[in-house]
Amino acid sequence: MKRLESNFLNMVLVLTIITLMAAGALGAVYTLTEEPIRLAKEQKKELAVKSVLPDFTRLAEPETANGLTVLKAYNNDDFIGAAVESEAVGFGGTIKIMVGFDAEGKIVNYSVLEQAETPGLGTKMVDWFKTDKNRQSILHINPSTVNFTVSKDGGDIDAITAATISSRAFLSAVQSAYQAYNDNPENIDVKSGASTHINVEVTDSTNLAVDAKAMEDSLSQDQKIEKEQPIKKQVVSKKSSNKKRGHKK
Amino acid sequence: MSKLKFFVNGLLKENPTFVLLLGMCPTLGTTTSALNGMSMGLATAFVLVCSNVVISLLKNIIPDKVHIPAYIVIIATFVTIVQMCMEAYVPALYESLGLFIPLIVVNCIVLGRAEAFAAKHSVWESFLDGLGIGLGFTGALLLLGMVRELLGTGKIFSFAVFPESYGVLIFVLAPGAFLALGYLIAIVNKLNRAK
Repeated sequence: MKRLESNFLNMVLVLTIITLMAAGALGAVYTLTEEPIRLAKEQKKELAVKSVLPDFTRLAEPETANGLTVLKAYNNDDFIGAAVESEAVGFGGTIKIMVGFDAEGKIVNYSVLEQAETPGLGTKMVDWFKTDKNRQSILHINPSTVNFTVSKDGGDIDAITAATISSRAFLSAVQSAYQAYNDNPENIDVKSGASTHINVEVTDSTNLAVDAKAMEDSLSQDQKIEKEQPIKKQVVSKKSSNKKRGHKK
Repeated sequence: MSKLKFFVNGLLKENPTFVLLLGMCPTLGTTTSALNGMSMGLATAFVLVCSNVVISLLKNIIPDKVHIPAYIVIIATFVTIVQMCMEAYVPALYESLGLFIPLIVVNCIVLGRAEAFAAKHSVWESFLDGLGIGLGFTGALLLLGMVRELLGTGKIFSFAVFPESYGVLIFVLAPGAFLALGYLIAIVNKLNRAK
């Protein structure tokens, strides 16, 4: 068989047929993979939420604060923390992370959802800030209580060796996650309330400095009620501090 | 039997990476680890085999003047199929290869084989050629990935061989890719010449 002649009609016809066939094939594959792709993405997010929060029974609908998605977790009806999706521009592109905070605003865990940092340097952030070595771990820290920047900038966190830019970006993403978490009115109230009763009743000394001020504020109002009704303390303290906030304004 | 030479050809004698020096961009970009290199190689091999077969089937009905656009459409279709399947079934791998999967479209190995081989040979020969070149490319990327991962981080396929702190970090970065590739090309050339 001889090759088709290159006249106008032949060229248009052949190209049209080829592109149509390609479009058909792609459409078919797209329909086949659409569902698995969606599932894979959801699963990843779900896994990330589970890995950054303590055990929870119920997850609230996603909320938006400061442009970031906040997922609040409840154990029965007790607020136990929230996972925040956050991002910052790193060395090689956008870094997307998910950070879990407990009810007191301390970081429970984090998970890197997306990153394009230098392999072997910036990519180490996946484990680096979880490793309890020198001052590199950010777990169990409330970002507002320490100088939450890399030590090179006078902060309290050790940056990844040879990846200061990635580390800065990562920490700023955590910072903005904390801000979004804090911006949520319910969280603030629950937080000060929760830490108050913990401080009062368990005398967790490490927390004293953290919320000393909040404690002083709400002590007089909350302490009495909380001691009398230990089960409902969270709800009660929330309400009372709501009131208090209202007064302040 | 004699057709087998089309297959063996791509493995060493005309190895796309070490001898033809084609497709350097994914070679240098994705071989930060053995697994990444191998996956990239396999994805390219799949596209290469499919496009070679389809192009050799269609070689007589594609008019000469539009053969390049026609080839590109065919190649791009297969690349997109690979991309969607990867995203659906191996999302972790899809993430680590990222941008390099769509870039298979412009990998000159694929278009080069379509133009230089599939357009002139039978379907079966084109299939063997695509498989040979594809596996040659995979092997080269796997080798380069292993060397870089081992020297850079002390691991092979994430399995620790020696402690990471003894690793030479530069091999995971771009300059190390050039160094490792250069030495591997020298070794392969030496072996090829010895024959």
